[in-house]
Amino acid sequence: MTDYPDIHGFFGGSDGYGGRYVAETLMPLIGEIEAAYDSARQDPDFNAELAALQRDYVGRATPLYLAERLSAHAGGAQIYLKREDLNHTGAHKINNALGQALLARRMGRTRLIAETGAGMHGVAVATVAARLGLTCTIYMGAKDIQRQQPNVQRMRLLGAKIVAVESGTATLKDAMNDALRAWVASVEDTFYVIGTVAGPAPYPRMVRDFQSVIGREARAQIIEKTGRLPHSLIACVGGGSNAMGLFHPFLDDPVALIGVEAGGEGVESGRHAASLNGGSPGVLHGNRTYLLQNADGQIQDAHSISAGLDYPGVGPEHAWLHDSGRARYVSITDTEALAAVALCCRLEGILPALESAHALAEATRMAAELPPEAALVVCLSGRGDKDMATIIEHLPAQEADL
Amino acid sequence: MSPHDLTPPSRLQARFATCQAEQRAALVTYVMAGDPDLASSQALLSQLPAAGADIIELGMPFSDPMADGEAIQRAGQRALGDGQTLTRTLAMVSEFRRQDTTTPLVLMGYLNPIQCYGETRFLTDAAAAGVDGLIVVDLPPEHGAGFTARARDLGLARIPLVAPTTPASRLPALLAQGDGFVYRIAYNGITGRAGGAPSGDMTSALAQLREHTALPLAVGFGIRDGDAAAAVAGVADAVVVGSALVERLDTQGPEGALTLVRELAASMKRSAG
Repeated sequence: MTDYPDIHGFFGGSDGYGGRYVAETLMPLIGEIEAAYDSARQDPDFNAELAALQRDYVGRATPLYLAERLSAHAGGAQIYLKREDLNHTGAHKINNALGQALLARRMGRTRLIAETGAGMHGVAVATVAARLGLTCTIYMGAKDIQRQQPNVQRMRLLGAKIVAVESGTATLKDAMNDALRAWVASVEDTFYVIGTVAGPAPYPRMVRDFQSVIGREARAQIIEKTGRLPHSLIACVGGGSNAMGLFHPFLDDPVALIGVEAGGEGVESGRHAASLNGGSPGVLHGNRTYLLQNADGQIQDAHSISAGLDYPGVGPEHAWLHDSGRARYVSITDTEALAAVALCCRLEGILPALESAHALAEATRMAAELPPEAALVVCLSGRGDKDMATIIEHLPAQEADL
Repeated sequence: MSPHDLTPPSRLQARFATCQAEQRAALVTYVMAGDPDLASSQALLSQLPAAGADIIELGMPFSDPMADGEAIQRAGQRALGDGQTLTRTLAMVSEFRRQDTTTPLVLMGYLNPIQCYGETRFLTDAAAAGVDGLIVVDLPPEHGAGFTARARDLGLARIPLVAPTTPASRLPALLAQGDGFVYRIAYNGITGRAGGAPSGDMTSALAQLREHTALPLAVGFGIRDGDAAAAVAGVADAVVVGSALVERLDTQGPEGALTLVRELAASMKRSAG
């Protein structure tokens, strides 16, 4: 299962998902990126520099932490948290941003551009751009700029230019459209750092590879702690980069893979971001995958309380893992995610990102149905400081007990 | 006459032959289907040939047009806001063909609405409606072989896009799936760049392309007025005007748009004469 994608960037064969559906202007350029990436990943010097920065700058390896009180509360399986929230910049996003930025520099590019929704990927790219001395422009939906001010100010402080995207629905998908548009007009000096396991090939593979450090570490750590493989892996899925990074090193193992989509107000309500549970296959942003779309193939707005999951598509490898049955995809509502935030704060003293809280909610539910000898590994993909305003606004007062 | 002579690409061939005989470049005008509403868009379509449009490019609106600038994005949003669908766009072509059987018409858009409609069903219905060619922005030759073969079987031209970034090494594969004409993008960027006359040496770029194909060569993106159109007409077989026309329609209505088409056609004829 680890052989995909094929040389055309498809997961699950040419009728599968992925590919490189972009305008001709970008085709030669993306081919160059693929060649450069395939050369870099086999270059010991590139890998050594990446590893050194992961260790000394990002703070890897991140701990695999047994959440004892949360596990006891659930009353079943042991819940282990892969602490990506402890990374520099507070989320898993920097694993990928660092890898792509090093590749950009190796290709002689001097400028990074990126899209961002909640701002975590934007902050990660602005951070590595500063570290490597590259200029940086971040495309962010005008609506997201309003609701994520701390991250916007943080990116500016890091030296990035922020472009407010007013086109379309002024959210993450439109930020990605405008970043692609800007890239077409600046192909000579600019590298587009896509933040998730989507986009035209080779991005889904490249981002997965850079994020797979999560799963490699977690696999060694859980075996060291428990002497065997875990029962299940659980991670939230918007585009799905933290989930793909956790899952990939386990694809050939007898381990259940659970992706948790943002159910918003409930998949049946139509107001959600669950592309796999409530969408259908189509082509957007350079790849074939599951999308939220209407009967005419027009892309529909996603909805989630978590801006980082608020995307109407999903990485193509997830689409294939879904169809093949290798992974199972469930959804968790806004309300359930908020409750998981509070629970994790109270029982573990950890403020999880709203995105990660979707995985925690599902893990808590699953754990209750499993015996104590089962181990669940949950990707705690980011910390929730950025979400404080949203949490305070939405969490019922008696629940927050503030 | 064999049935093949009646297939749509012959309309494109005939029109280019006419323009060549008149020693001038063809004017290709882009409008968005259903912008700002179905009735006025249908009326504008029918008036374009008399105003001087040699070939009509009809945009199929998409919610996320990643190669288009603001003018065409907004035109698509207006059309979608009015309820435009691919079914309606094809019906517009059928209606157009009731009165005009000679002006070539090509559809331009993105893959997702086509796939949603069903690729084979779309091609069949497009051919039946009287469409002559297709430009699918995000379907590169690497993924388009099957689509192209089915289009060819139905007599639909698959018009290839060639960019300034396209290396000569890609041209054989690109052009092998090309029919009708070649659409050379004038600059690296999205449609409708402000003040964006073609950059670089278009004459030598087109000369290089001619080494690889006998198809007519059209140039588009950023051609906003008669002077720019005339300049490109001096070196290309066709000039595509899109964003400027769509903007004119938005700001001055159908009469304003038709006036621009007349100006473009007159300017190109003057320069040819």
